[in-house]
Amino acid sequence: MSNTISEHDTDVLADDTTSAAIDIDREKGNFHYKEDYAYDAGIGLSPEVIDYVTKVKGEPEWVREFRHKALKIFESKPLPTHWATRDLETINFDEIRYYLAKGQKPSRTWEEVPDDVKETFERLGIPEQERRFLAGVEAQFDSESAYSRMKEELTKQGVIFVNPTEGLKEHADVFRKYFGKVIPAGDNKFAALNSAVFSGGSFIYVPKGVKVAQPLQAYFRINAENFGQFERTLIIADEGAEVTYMEGCTAPKFETATLHSAVVELVALKGAKIQYITVQNWSNNVFNLVTKRGVAEEGAEIRWIDCNIGSRLTMKYPGVVLKGQHSRGEVISIALASDGQHQDTGAKMIHAASNTTSNIVSKSISVGQGRATYRGQVTIPKAFSHCKNNTECDALLINTNSRTDTYPAITVRGANNSTQHEASVSKVSAEQIFYMQQRGLSEGEAMSLAVNGFINDLVKEFPMEYSVELKRLIELEMEGSVG
Amino acid sequence: MSNTLDIRNLNVSVAERQILKNFSLTVPKGEVHALMGPNGTGKSTLAKALSGHEDYAVISGEALLDGENIIGAEPDAIARAGLFMAFQYPSEIPGVTIANFIRAALVARQPKGAPFDAKAYYARLYEKMDALKMDRKFTSRSVNEGFSGGEKKRCEILQMMMLEPKYAIMDETDSGLDIDALRIVADGVNKMRGPDIGILVITHYQRLLDYIVPDKVHVMYDGKIVRSGDKDLALELEKKGYDWVKEEVAIA
Repeated sequence: MSNTISEHDTDVLADDTTSAAIDIDREKGNFHYKEDYAYDAGIGLSPEVIDYVTKVKGEPEWVREFRHKALKIFESKPLPTHWATRDLETINFDEIRYYLAKGQKPSRTWEEVPDDVKETFERLGIPEQERRFLAGVEAQFDSESAYSRMKEELTKQGVIFVNPTEGLKEHADVFRKYFGKVIPAGDNKFAALNSAVFSGGSFIYVPKGVKVAQPLQAYFRINAENFGQFERTLIIADEGAEVTYMEGCTAPKFETATLHSAVVELVALKGAKIQYITVQNWSNNVFNLVTKRGVAEEGAEIRWIDCNIGSRLTMKYPGVVLKGQHSRGEVISIALASDGQHQDTGAKMIHAASNTTSNIVSKSISVGQGRATYRGQVTIPKAFSHCKNNTECDALLINTNSRTDTYPAITVRGANNSTQHEASVSKVSAEQIFYMQQRGLSEGEAMSLAVNGFINDLVKEFPMEYSVELKRLIELEMEGSVG
Repeated sequence: MSNTLDIRNLNVSVAERQILKNFSLTVPKGEVHALMGPNGTGKSTLAKALSGHEDYAVISGEALLDGENIIGAEPDAIARAGLFMAFQYPSEIPGVTIANFIRAALVARQPKGAPFDAKAYYARLYEKMDALKMDRKFTSRSVNEGFSGGEKKRCEILQMMMLEPKYAIMDETDSGLDIDALRIVADGVNKMRGPDIGILVITHYQRLLDYIVPDKVHVMYDGKIVRSGDKDLALELEKKGYDWVKEEVAIA
């Protein structure tokens, strides 16, 4: 008498679990509501579009000029395809909608948020997160913020957490002093585009010596098709201040490409600390072309903790300009590139004073035909001494057709500066998978355990709530990757 | 039928070369069998083929685990059905701690979504570790990464104790072990012995059998068992060497 555990049976089992798993994951953000916008700048980009945006937002003349100048720069700069992927050429800038808003002012209470927007963010878990562990939340729906609230005690301490439109009107002195200074419009083509049409994002100012214990969070949501989201964030931590900012993002899957091009500027004054955490989970039709940079003054510290799981193409190289002595910059980066995705990420560390330290740790995972690219730039000029950089980049390839590229550019001059660079490429071996399967784990479970092990030391850098979510997302991605 | 691991006329090839030739063996629960033989006779092939490794092609035959044929099933399904293999060369899994690894293996045996009793898990884990004289710090190390030969084997025994298989195959668990490590491993196996488990100890040397006294000893040569007997057979083998077996096979 013999029963048989047939191959067929186990296959069916694995497929069911796999598809059930994927459903939860990628579908989480894959829904959208009827488009019903009071303000729509129409399709395509022109000086008229900019005038429209400026007028709708009621901006002062200097902002209008800034935008027009930026548009000219955008038009004059070619796509950076001499080093970047030619996939950029598939973006049709004439078919994108640059500004869509319901004409809402950001609501200060959850009840005031329009029902469909509220439902969107409730599905994504925003109100629970706010109650659980956040000091403040800003939720952006297409071009404008729909909900913005911060704990009262922080307002009393003088912390500002608003959208940039409000920032440039209500807090003009401090806003104008730093806006566009860390990343000028001419920095690159996409920074110019953002400067021309920016809308939404956050403006944060933390006064001298104020340490914001809980994170502030922004949530970015694209709802409309053929849309470009261009949020602009400026965070200033005054002397000795400390703040952690987190951003998360989702969009539904549309047939056509969607563009997300943000600019994020950080200013850490003497002895300040800024930590900026991103979990990017855009749907696979989004071009995510983002410029992020911070300036660290004397003794200040800026950390970028960056995780890219979604999007079709991400190009993002968070940077720190180490402007003051004893300042410290760090980029911790995780990228997961699945089929049809290209994660082109990295870091920039510009040492602009002596006794500065920078650290880059990048780990990427390429699954199926996914492609992960690391680009790093570290500059330590001759004029400075006792500067240190450490760069580690590790790549993990899952399938034989997965791809990874590494382009480190390290320039260190001067006698008393040091840099250390380590890179590795590894593969999850068939023997490792067999070993884990022999313990009872399915192939997908084995793969996700191996991947989670690979990034385990970096995941610890994310706040608890995020690292759990991150592990889950990766598990789901991996379970879907083995067939 | 049930309560045995019953291997019947198994023919297995690796890279198109036939290694196992009509191999048959029955290991009942409650017994420890030793499988001995010179290098290259197919001992490890048997272990890998029974575990469902894709490089080991089963041409014909079956292996009934309590009456259920496991041949053709996925390695994880075989493992969950109750077969454990202690590897000769266990893989490293960087970044995955032993505690998390064993936990994942146990969770894989539960119905999906069932709650996991973490407190009871750690209590049991520590109890087994104490039995194996393992430091508590061991659980936070990555699986097999940077382990000595002895630590790797001890880690295999720990997993076996935690997963409580119906049948266990120890694939040359004694290779590369010094005498102290050998004693600890043997001690672990002896602790597991009992009416609920059948154990097949694959070894090249008799010395492991000084510590794990088998109920039966089988000698394998050229892909099949050529002699079976009690523990004295191992001693005879030790005295006369494997050439004696080869000669006997040649004469037959």
